Amino acid sequence: MTAVFKREFKSYFTSPLGYVFLAIFLFFEGSFFTTLYTYGDPSVEIIFPSLSTVIVLITPVITMRLLSEDRRQKVDQALLTAPVKVEGIVLGKFFAALGIYALALSPTLLFQVIVSMLSPSVNWLVFLNGLLGALLIGAALISIGMFISSLTESTIISCILTLVTFLLLLVITNLASLTNQDWVVAVAEKVAFVSLFSAFSSSVFSVVNVIYLVSIAVGFVFLSIRAVERRRWA
Amino acid sequence: MIEVSSLSKRYGNHLAVDNVSFSIEKGEIVGFLGPNGAGKSTIMNIMTGYLSLTDGSVSIDGFDISENPEEAKKRIGYLPEIPPLYIDMTVKEYLYFIYDLKKVSFPKKPHIEEIARVVKIDNVYNRLIKNLSKGYRQRVGIAQALIGNPDLLILDEPTVGLDPKQILEIRNLIARLGKNHTIILSSHILSEIQEVCERVIIINQGHIVADDTPENLSKNLSDDHSLSIRVKGTEGEILKILNGVPGIKEIRHLSSKEAGTVDFILEPKAGHDIRAAVSERLAERKKTLLSLTSNEMTLEQIFLRITEGTATEKLVKKADKKTDSPKVKFDLESGEAVIGEETKQTKEFSKKEDDK
Repeated sequence: MTAVFKREFKSYFTSPLGYVFLAIFLFFEGSFFTTLYTYGDPSVEIIFPSLSTVIVLITPVITMRLLSEDRRQKVDQALLTAPVKVEGIVLGKFFAALGIYALALSPTLLFQVIVSMLSPSVNWLVFLNGLLGALLIGAALISIGMFISSLTESTIISCILTLVTFLLLLVITNLASLTNQDWVVAVAEKVAFVSLFSAFSSSVFSVVNVIYLVSIAVGFVFLSIRAVERRRWA
Repeated sequence: MIEVSSLSKRYGNHLAVDNVSFSIEKGEIVGFLGPNGAGKSTIMNIMTGYLSLTDGSVSIDGFDISENPEEAKKRIGYLPEIPPLYIDMTVKEYLYFIYDLKKVSFPKKPHIEEIARVVKIDNVYNRLIKNLSKGYRQRVGIAQALIGNPDLLILDEPTVGLDPKQILEIRNLIARLGKNHTIILSSHILSEIQEVCERVIIINQGHIVADDTPENLSKNLSDDHSLSIRVKGTEGEILKILNGVPGIKEIRHLSSKEAGTVDFILEPKAGHDIRAAVSERLAERKKTLLSLTSNEMTLEQIFLRITEGTATEKLVKKADKKTDSPKVKFDLESGEAVIGEETKQTKEFSKKEDDK
């Protein structure tokens, strides 16, 4: 698994992909922080809900190649004939994507440090709660993106499908409210886990939400493993 | 070392591999031969665990590929038809990656450098695979199969894309490796298989149609070693002489290649060795025999003969007569002349009477 992780992580930087991803993140993080700084607001954790749309729209970029490219280039033959379990391969890739995502989020830590040096009323725990939320939501999104990429050989289709899925996650509550059915709205609110960004950037630590997000991530990683295994039985 | 029994692979309604069984001992070099689509690559993919089987079993060194895939795969180095290379890595990075993937325990740097030296890719060691020619990519593919020094090497068309010098080098490499490894090789280059492999398994339409040494195959399929002779003289007089030799079933006359000579193909009756009789008889009549060769079937002919047959044709069945583009065919037993497909003109032949 570590071999796959190292290779996948490095490959983000051998093409513009990784740099573009980080650059976009940095741009938005930077502009939010500037606004924060201008208004003298010491609550860095607000950055996470503000970034949520960007995160959701940009993450497909790091997941689209994960499992589709290897199949297209026939490199999966090297992976699947090596003495490595399929779980190891899939998890290695998952953590590589999560790794670059975490790297993209790391400037927020820097912001928090800067603010805490300047202002006494800084709440580290709330910030860390927000960061954890951002990481878990990212993990859930990445796992869904990886699963979609396991279904196709085409990177483009994978990217588009993932984007569409994530967009749906953003608007599903609005669509649900159109039906005027309370239960539909309730279900939609639960499905739209991207709204949890604000839930985490508060002083309430919700174990339920953590378990929920972890379950989504585990579930889709499992499905990705099954999808890869299925290819062998075709 | 390798036990494949009743292996079958079905894609929907299509049976790609049909009840294939063979076993290979340690140290053997075996060639897989067969037309495209016969199932060679499928069998190799199943043996290495890339594809799963529908029926039967494969075991490598006692480890079943379905039940204990990791142990089995550790013992295999596989080069598929298209080398599985990450084109965005350098050769060095890629080989290091494969080393990690296979969890090899040899000292990393020396082991990989040694392999690079053996396969002769040390001068492109730091180049991106994207920028390598086909020949070099093929060699990187061979290198990755060698990492970890696996007991079993499965090479699917290893010399494709290489220039003649490289082909020779790789062939020598394979012969050298054969001393310490078990090798399964698949190729379309029949001469290569004939030279390198001690045993040939011919696969056609999903089943094994032959499993033997190249020499045995040739012996069993040859038309009882028909003879090709070239004699100084005219067609008529030589034919007269040959007619008197016992044990000949059929004489075929070929177009003359040299001025003043005639070429014939003589088919002996079953079990007869007519070489001595023919040369002695010609000497008696003072006719100069310029060449006398026994026509053993080449592997190519065996291959074509076997794969032209129906799916159920087995080695035991004698191949049907295929002529060697003669102009005229004489059947001694019936005394008739049959005009070959090549000739357009119709000639009246009442040869036997005229020649006497």
